[in-house]
Amino acid sequence: MVAEPIIKTINLKCQYGPVTALKDLNIEINKNEILGIIGPANSGKTTFMRSLNRLNYLNPSYSQTGRIIFEGKDIKQIPDSQLRKKIGIIFALPQVLPISIFNNVAYGPKVHGITNKSVVEEIVETALKKAYLWEEIKDRLDLPANKLSGGQQQRLCIARTLAVEPDVILYDEPCSGLDPISTAKVEDAMRELKKYYTQILVTNNTKQAARVTERCGFFLMGDLVEIEETETLFTNPKDKRTDDYITGRFG
Amino acid sequence: MNAAKVREKVAFTILGLITLLIVLPIVLTIIYVAKNGAGTVTWEFITQPPRSGMREGGIFPAIIGTIVLIIGTMLFSLPLGILSAIYLVEYAKDNLFTRMIKLSVVNLSGIPSIVYGLFGFTLFVVFLKFGTSILAGSLTLGIMSLPVIITATKEALETVPASFREISLSLGATRWQTIRYCVLPYSIPGILTGTVLSLSRAAGETAPILFTVAAFYLPRLPHSVFDQVMALPYHLYVIATQVPNMPARLSFATGLVLIVLVFLMNLVSIFLRAHYRKKKQW
Repeated sequence: MVAEPIIKTINLKCQYGPVTALKDLNIEINKNEILGIIGPANSGKTTFMRSLNRLNYLNPSYSQTGRIIFEGKDIKQIPDSQLRKKIGIIFALPQVLPISIFNNVAYGPKVHGITNKSVVEEIVETALKKAYLWEEIKDRLDLPANKLSGGQQQRLCIARTLAVEPDVILYDEPCSGLDPISTAKVEDAMRELKKYYTQILVTNNTKQAARVTERCGFFLMGDLVEIEETETLFTNPKDKRTDDYITGRFG
Repeated sequence: MNAAKVREKVAFTILGLITLLIVLPIVLTIIYVAKNGAGTVTWEFITQPPRSGMREGGIFPAIIGTIVLIIGTMLFSLPLGILSAIYLVEYAKDNLFTRMIKLSVVNLSGIPSIVYGLFGFTLFVVFLKFGTSILAGSLTLGIMSLPVIITATKEALETVPASFREISLSLGATRWQTIRYCVLPYSIPGILTGTVLSLSRAAGETAPILFTVAAFYLPRLPHSVFDQVMALPYHLYVIATQVPNMPARLSFATGLVLIVLVFLMNLVSIFLRAHYRKKKQW
């Protein structure tokens, strides 16, 4: 029996002004899986992710057709703030707000109306533990967040997203600015989070996709070329272009 | 020394001289005014109304008048200016209409102040029947200050990194929450600077208050916003040109008080800005 996918796109087409970024995307994402998205620059990976929580609309020239179904509902019917609470995103570079570690994580609960101090403290602690950061920083929660190292900042961003209790977490090349050890820590956090969340990982690093993901899609020039079990995709790709990309012949 | 270093030295010297050329007239003016007026600025001068056809006594009503006008201007132009700028930067879509508004704002800041004075007179004093009053004068000065406040606020908002807004929105915050928590706290120093600059300019203007509020001679203090008041710049104009046999030291002293008042306002803004800067961490 196959469960209903948590996210499904139907003929999704995305454009920035006259430029088409995604041509005609039909993709299904299952609950609690880690889906990898690989592909060269300008292949539409980031556009795909940011279409899921409507962040693309921050760009005034953006337009899209087709449908995106989230938990059985067209996302057009969900208010932006509700949708973005359910579908969190981690950006490429660690982007913390210039406030304390605690307040970074508490920001989300605060805007969603949680004011009780002890409740917020508990949410912050839980989120930081889930993001594997608690042990490192539990004594200095009042420190400005940008004093942390890059890897710590990125895990702080994960904690900040977790604090609003999303169902889906999107990662937009989350380790592109990180050293290998920090990267490993972020990846550990992702594996651990699999129990509770559906995760989508866009990455330029094919090895990372192979390490972390269960299923993996290959994007090229706005097309989804192939989507397979990660192992199959990397060992026995059907499409020649996928093979060329993962063996490093282009891209 | 090689040629490049010599050229650099020459360029720096020239730039330094140009800077001096700009600063010098200001410094000389202040020194000149202070030298001729300082002796006259006594406690009596700043706390007593003028007497004997303004040739004696102090300028207390004019000081109070100017302060009242600054406060009135602020009450009107601050909320309106800051809210307009927030709308233009954070909400307005980029279309012909908003581009026209932005263009008008830029153009309005270049309009001579006497035009604002006549406009205020026609609209507030005559048409809306406020009469020559604090209300009419404050509104006129407020309209004159708006373009500067809007421009300064706009620039301050635009310097806040787009990523802050993106983070906040991505966590499910509404647009207003994003502005309130992630944009305004980081743009307050810039907004303050622009606002105080425009208010101190308003404090020193004569033309906009000439027909709308300023009294030639009114030694009592105002009772309501529909009263006239004396104001420092206009009083200075009056005693310097309209009253025969006026001792020049009184004009200098009045000028000095006005300069000090404006300087104090700027000082407040510098302190506030330094205070908020300390919180800025990016």
